[in-house]
Amino acid sequence: MMFWSPAIERMPMEELRQIQEKKLKALVRNVYEYSPFYKRKFRELGIHPTDIQSLEDLKKLPFTKKQDLRDNYPFGMFAVPLSQIVRFHASSGTTGKPTLVGYTEDDIRVWVESLCRGFVSCGVTNEDIMQIAYGYGLFTGGLGFHYAAEKIGATALPVSAGNTERQINLMKDLGVTVIACTPSYILYMAEYAEKMGINIRETDLRMGIFGAEPWSEETRRRIEDKTGITAYDVYGTSELSGPLFTECIEKNGLHVWADHFLIEVIDPKTGENVGEGEKGELVVTTLSKEAMPLIRWRTGDITIMETEKCNCGRTHPRIMRILGRSDDMLIVRGVNVFPSQIEHVLMQIPEVSEHYMIILDRKEELDEMTVQVELSDKVSIDKPVDVLNLARKIEEKLKIILGISAKVELVNPGTLQRFEGKAKRVIDKRRI
Amino acid sequence: MIKQISVFVENKPGRLAAITEVLYKKGINLRAFMIADAGDFGIVRMVVDKTEEAFNALKSAGFAVTLNDVLAVEVEDKPGELYRISKALGEEGVNIEYVYAFTSEKHKALIIFRVGELAKAKAVLEKLGVLFKGKIE
Repeated sequence: MMFWSPAIERMPMEELRQIQEKKLKALVRNVYEYSPFYKRKFRELGIHPTDIQSLEDLKKLPFTKKQDLRDNYPFGMFAVPLSQIVRFHASSGTTGKPTLVGYTEDDIRVWVESLCRGFVSCGVTNEDIMQIAYGYGLFTGGLGFHYAAEKIGATALPVSAGNTERQINLMKDLGVTVIACTPSYILYMAEYAEKMGINIRETDLRMGIFGAEPWSEETRRRIEDKTGITAYDVYGTSELSGPLFTECIEKNGLHVWADHFLIEVIDPKTGENVGEGEKGELVVTTLSKEAMPLIRWRTGDITIMETEKCNCGRTHPRIMRILGRSDDMLIVRGVNVFPSQIEHVLMQIPEVSEHYMIILDRKEELDEMTVQVELSDKVSIDKPVDVLNLARKIEEKLKIILGISAKVELVNPGTLQRFEGKAKRVIDKRRI
Repeated sequence: MIKQISVFVENKPGRLAAITEVLYKKGINLRAFMIADAGDFGIVRMVVDKTEEAFNALKSAGFAVTLNDVLAVEVEDKPGELYRISKALGEEGVNIEYVYAFTSEKHKALIIFRVGELAKAKAVLEKLGVLFKGKIE
């Protein structure tokens, strides 16, 4: 099977645009009526649904930003009653409040449909056994892959993240053919397997779908050289549902399903659309989402859009692999981390000052985050254990807020770099 | 009871020099000194002649400084003295957290004790007649 939904996936772009236009008009009417957030926002800006008559009118609509989701936590962004919500997912927030996403039954269907199209486009079949080593739970990676794998008739192995030895044993014993995880984790697994005396090349593993963190063509080559598998990119964010788009076998961009998502690439500074083939921030309008529709959602991810029809026969526009962020968000072991979250934790601890640095490094293919912070004059230290206990206390608080571990190093007051103007508190030594 | 100064110090070349430079410039004399080492960092502990001045000077030089109460014991510089005292404290159930000693011309051997229960330890040492009640000069 070459296509999951052949008619739609090969539909001429002109016809897709007609669908988009119809859906955009309906979306604007719908949020104006049912979303407390958009109703308020449109009224403030003097926008009425009748102002939106064509795709060109999209530019009249305001952007939706991460801060809007935070300000309207938990249910203020929803456009349906809670009785129609069948699932929540959440990601960690900056000040302890998570970013919440709700789904109707149809939202889950569209999410699964999008990923099924992607799976088939890169050659996953119902014969495959897919080891899903993305986290299951509030994070969308695990469950997103899980339902799509089952939907196409493949066998899902819901192993979730962690416990590398068990991952490798299951991979070998069950004859896993497809792995889904972060690109750094497959490299870590390959090294770990070697230590166990297992060569991944000699297992049945033939391909991997890697995402949740930025990676490069160089890393693709490293993965493919080391493991002998074919590596594909996947993209999605929890706000848009979860993992949604993958590369096809052409490995020349990720197909964004135009019947469900309307994309723009903008200059993050001016908000204006950039020209075709130019780098900018990906902005997505959800055309089918019911529970939490988003208009001109600023993803913060930098990419390039390609609208030429792909050699694979799909007509939908493509985005090139994510090149970076337009904001200061960090991605550590697949988890989104904002420096402001770390700052918020440190501010609550009187024994340390407001001077800190975040150092990211990669040890044995896995990300490591170290937070260096200066002791304040309120600290009372007489024994080494006092220092270790303070560091441990901060580490525990960071883990609660960030969802991942960070190492805390306490340093002498006045020894970290001071900044005039915009602080550059992150030192990223990782090779992406 | 005497005051001890504790200073957090990163385990890097030149850090001890930075601390002692501050003391030197203020004309402060060290009476007792030790470093508790813990890998990436250490804690410098010291008893000095001008405690208040040393504390303020280190603080304004940007060090993380803490002032603590410790007990000092003055004993004859001869075998068995530390044994006698630590045995008495142990029998009373007082936990010694750390201890270091020094000698000087002015005093006999001086032993600095950091203990769990200060008041109880003080009573034990007074009973033994070894508690140092003078002033460190």
